[in-house]
Amino acid sequence: MCHPGWHRARIAAQHLNDLARLRRVRDRIDREYRQPLDVEALARDVGMPAGQLSREFRLAYGRSLYAYLTVRRIAHATALLRLGGLDAAEAWSAVGCASPGIFAARFAELTGGPPAAPRRRATATATATATAKGTAKGTATGTLPSQPKPPGGPVRNREAPASEPHLA
Amino acid sequence: MDITIHTSFLPHDDPDASLAFYRDVLGFEVRSDVGTGTMRWITVGPVGQPGTSILLAPPAADPGITEEERRTITQMMAKGTYGWILLATRDLDGTFEKLQAGDAEVVQEPTRQPYGIRDCAFRDPAGNLVRIQEVG
Repeated sequence: MCHPGWHRARIAAQHLNDLARLRRVRDRIDREYRQPLDVEALARDVGMPAGQLSREFRLAYGRSLYAYLTVRRIAHATALLRLGGLDAAEAWSAVGCASPGIFAARFAELTGGPPAAPRRRATATATATATAKGTAKGTATGTLPSQPKPPGGPVRNREAPASEPHLA
Repeated sequence: MDITIHTSFLPHDDPDASLAFYRDVLGFEVRSDVGTGTMRWITVGPVGQPGTSILLAPPAADPGITEEERRTITQMMAKGTYGWILLATRDLDGTFEKLQAGDAEVVQEPTRQPYGIRDCAFRDPAGNLVRIQEVG
């Protein structure tokens, strides 16, 4: 006889195990954010079908793999613009955005302004404050400072091959 | 006022696995170990610094936490968005190599951040983010 409580416990344990695999995928995206998104490789790495990975990642983290990568790239680019002394073209190139047009559009959507804006707005004092806060925030969550706000709508994966619609 | 930061807390979901990570991989000493099963409170800390400890504790042991909150906490731990701690060392590269050799889950290789510091990051067995920065 299988007690219903055991069944529930087994499902809960499996869910936690799946979440731990998603965590490894997310950490890998954080680590390799300059690389093009390769959902098949990410899925292989954690032994999960690509479609399941895409679905479960969105459920767990509230956005698609590609949207998550984009948020990460914009956060890194914003830090480079504000603190790294780079201009917009250098920043988008440094974070792995293939096209300056796409980068500018996503940057504006996520931060509410053009790529050059953060540095223009920053005074010496503001930059110093941002640096201090950025360090605290960056260390707190493993993210870079100036985390952009979440995207308002779905983000299409323009890096995905057209033949694999589930990748977005 | 003379206040020190004495003990910080990190949750565990497998006390033996967390103990092995902090004692055997990070090289911390064990200062106390109370409780049984999953309800264990283990105090660890760096050798030679008795005034600073980490308490590895069961999450959501507080009886005021609801079943739903308990579930949320364990899910956040698993997906890596709950616990984190910031450590520092003079020898970042040596520390990174030692942790990597100890099979710790690498999050980030030693990297110079745009905001100035150089750091690396790991996950402990409970999914907590352990970020280690280089200090002079």
